[in-house]
Amino acid sequence: MPEYEAVIGLEVHVQLKTASKMFTDAPTGFGQPPNSLTNAVVMGLPGTLPVLNKGAIEQAIKFGLIFGSEIPEVFQWDRKNYFYPDSPKNYQLTQMDAPVCVGGEVEIELAGPSRNQAGEHKVIHLDHAHLEEDVGKLTHFTKDSLVDYNRAGTPLLEIVTKPDLHSAEEAVALLQSIRMHLMSAGVSDCDMEKGQMRCDANVSVRPKGQEALNPRAEMKNLNSITGVKNAISYEIKRQTRVYEKGGTVAQETRRWDADAGHTSSMRSKEEAHDYRYFPDPDLLPVHFPRDRIEELQAELPEGVFDLQRRYEKDFGLPYTLTSVICYDHELAAYFEEAMTDYGKNPKALANYVANELQRERSQAEGDGYLPMESVRLKPDALARMVRLIDEGKLTKQLAKDVLVQMFLSGQEAQSVMDEKGIKVEEQDAGELEQWCRDAVAGNAIAAQQVRDGNDKAINSFIGPVMKASRGKANPQAVREVLLKIIQEG
Amino acid sequence: MAMEPQSILQASAFDLGKALHKGETTSREICSAFLDRVEAVDDRVGAFLSIDPEKVLSAADASDARRAAGEELSPLDGLPVGIKDVIAIEGESLTCASRILEQFKSPYTGMVGNKLLAAGLIPFGRLNMDEFAMGSSTENSAFKKTGNPWNSDHAPGGSSGGSAAAVAARQCPWSLGSDTGGSIRQPAAFCGVVGLKPTYGRVSRFGLVAFASSLDQIGPMGRSVEDVAALLDVISGHDPMDSTSWAGELEPASVQLHMPHEPGTLGLPREYFGKGIDPEVREHLDKVIEAYEGLGYTIKEISLPHTELAVPTYYIIATAEASSNLSRYDGVRYTHRSEKAADAVDLYYQSRGEGFGAEVKRRVILGSYVLSSGYYDAYYKRAQQVRTLIRDDFLKAFKEVDAILTPTTPTPAFRIGEKINDPISMYLADIFTISVNLAGLPGLSMPCGLSSKGLPIGFQLIGQPFAEGALLQTGLAYESRHPFTAEPEL
Repeated sequence: MPEYEAVIGLEVHVQLKTASKMFTDAPTGFGQPPNSLTNAVVMGLPGTLPVLNKGAIEQAIKFGLIFGSEIPEVFQWDRKNYFYPDSPKNYQLTQMDAPVCVGGEVEIELAGPSRNQAGEHKVIHLDHAHLEEDVGKLTHFTKDSLVDYNRAGTPLLEIVTKPDLHSAEEAVALLQSIRMHLMSAGVSDCDMEKGQMRCDANVSVRPKGQEALNPRAEMKNLNSITGVKNAISYEIKRQTRVYEKGGTVAQETRRWDADAGHTSSMRSKEEAHDYRYFPDPDLLPVHFPRDRIEELQAELPEGVFDLQRRYEKDFGLPYTLTSVICYDHELAAYFEEAMTDYGKNPKALANYVANELQRERSQAEGDGYLPMESVRLKPDALARMVRLIDEGKLTKQLAKDVLVQMFLSGQEAQSVMDEKGIKVEEQDAGELEQWCRDAVAGNAIAAQQVRDGNDKAINSFIGPVMKASRGKANPQAVREVLLKIIQEG
Repeated sequence: MAMEPQSILQASAFDLGKALHKGETTSREICSAFLDRVEAVDDRVGAFLSIDPEKVLSAADASDARRAAGEELSPLDGLPVGIKDVIAIEGESLTCASRILEQFKSPYTGMVGNKLLAAGLIPFGRLNMDEFAMGSSTENSAFKKTGNPWNSDHAPGGSSGGSAAAVAARQCPWSLGSDTGGSIRQPAAFCGVVGLKPTYGRVSRFGLVAFASSLDQIGPMGRSVEDVAALLDVISGHDPMDSTSWAGELEPASVQLHMPHEPGTLGLPREYFGKGIDPEVREHLDKVIEAYEGLGYTIKEISLPHTELAVPTYYIIATAEASSNLSRYDGVRYTHRSEKAADAVDLYYQSRGEGFGAEVKRRVILGSYVLSSGYYDAYYKRAQQVRTLIRDDFLKAFKEVDAILTPTTPTPAFRIGEKINDPISMYLADIFTISVNLAGLPGLSMPCGLSSKGLPIGFQLIGQPFAEGALLQTGLAYESRHPFTAEPEL
């Protein structure tokens, strides 16, 4: 029996982050009272006309610049005609022939052997990305249906990949990469729970080695990462089984039922809509100024994986830290600010950001993390705390409590220390020396290693001494006394 | 000092404005005279779908109060203007003469409405039309027939039949229509008034209910070239709410109208003077040509070789755009909703089936067909290519001539009912006006006499893009020498 491989292409819909809608100045938003984010244009009243939202176009162009798409000299608008009550005009403005972004590639990272290890990186090619307007939302009841047009007209970018993906895991990695990059550049919040990122998947299966593509199933509106993963996995298995039994797969649109965990046929190719596309006569083709594109390019943040590679190379940060900091643009910005402030000890800063800060944020919020804008511990204060440690004015052990207090109150480290009477005390010289002698006596092998020139071996004495001092000894002083005793010994 | 109602009805809008300015009359007096006239004759003419006399008079009083308070006013402040029921003004109906919008009141004012109100003009009733501006006789109105004021057995033309008839019957000094394929010029010719279709993009379409977006323009209709120029200036200008609106400089037509100028060259396209023209129309056109020669104009025969393709090209593009533009009238939000619908899909069928008239349905079906998969290239795309050829014909001709002179219509007003069951012959009534929309040019229709049956005959002047001033100057040259003074008997 031949071995089969899956061929997958995704259509990812992303709501662009703009204050107003794609073709009118009505505000965008989520969770507002039904039909409150509407106006005459959104409702498709007679005589109204679309007016382009320049901000939405710029967001779409930023997408293209992030992923290396070509931004054509001219792009234009088409009408996609179909009747559905969620569409106020019964046509959707979209870009059928001349999209805003052509081509491009997305770097993805597959899961590594463990959480602490990097996975394989791959490049997925994009066909294009086009702008369109979102539709409203229907809620069905036994007899009636209600429609909320708040979402209608929200700028939507439809990202269409080449059939470059071969597993559900790759599809998920693609979504995650797009999400990280778009959040980092402020192009979209990509919150799947709020419908800001949605996905259709085209899945087909063919014998390995065959070039031609087999008929595909299109699965619509996969609206969670788990949904994408499960639907694609299910569909690959289903189609493989059909071929293994000698059957054929029909080209069709299938619906993913998350509760039942299977897909079912929605409509066949023959029943496909005729959308009667034609160029929208209300909007002129757009010639976007090239110098503005250059400005947008200059404003873009560094790519997520590029940033990660730079942190690993320049700062020597391990994957366990970069995969936390770089994959979350807010943490990356936080770290970058602290680093700019202090300019030293990136490892310590990264550790505090990736571990302590995240732990406190998680504890402060019942579910998830305390939103970054509510975090009272500011990056510059964290930088000053690390400086105090490096200067020997605070110990790592004491810093643990100090940081918690800083997080809760927004105080400076110094002010917490003053308030609580925390300070690295000038140690009674005799007492300190006694602790050091005890420690050296307890580990003759390490003492010899230090004498043999292994500087790092001294660290194994510092811990016990700090413990004996209940964290109050000045580590710098401890180190000096230890060295003296060992060299004498 | 008060003006007699009869002299108010006879005066041009321009003269009424002057009289207001001099204190010889008031807006209330003017509006009352026209309201009385509507009351007296509209049951025979049928130009108005609705009018709210109290609203008109309270706006008139507000204008008079502004004037009394010594405010600086536009020269047109306090004059009433009839509005085709396709132009959005907040709180007014916007039926487009369709059952599907019978109950609809506009919650917003479009750009032309805003400009009218800013100039102190008073919206004066909602004028009858062919449903959604589709037709050439106003017979496609879902609500009433409009009779030609010169002979009520004859059609006033369309689709702006109400706007033309109301001016001809002196029910308002001037009015606004809309023109997609001749809908201002053809009824102007049939009713003996002056009508202008501006260059595409000169007047904002924001607030004009769309029939065919790439062809539609709002334009003025009046009793004189001067009035039409003044009303054009009120409604012209760039509008950021309409992406197809022209952002360049525009010279006010009413200023340019009175600038000194040399008589230029008028082109006579041979394709417009072939067979199919009524002999009386031809006779009147010959007199117009002679008149222009007498005024010192040079007359030159030209060719617009793609003319015969204009009608089919138009009916592909216009119906395609209309089929999509009219999709929003669906029974879901603000339109007529059928009581009979069994489910969501049926709601569309029933509501649209009940709400639209036969001609609208015919055009929506035709438009959907030409856009459908597999036919798009052969019809819509091809039609757009031919459209470019038609425009190029004109632009080439304008290298040799300043304006083009043609009949507005092949015949004087036909009888009501004569063509309603023969859509093709109805479509051919617009054969001389359609190309102008396809090419996006300004077109002016002027009255030039009466047929032996006492029906008006019009001629058309076609100008270069945004050269309305020069076009109206050419019209004024004729009008000054050959004023159309005949009056319909009502």
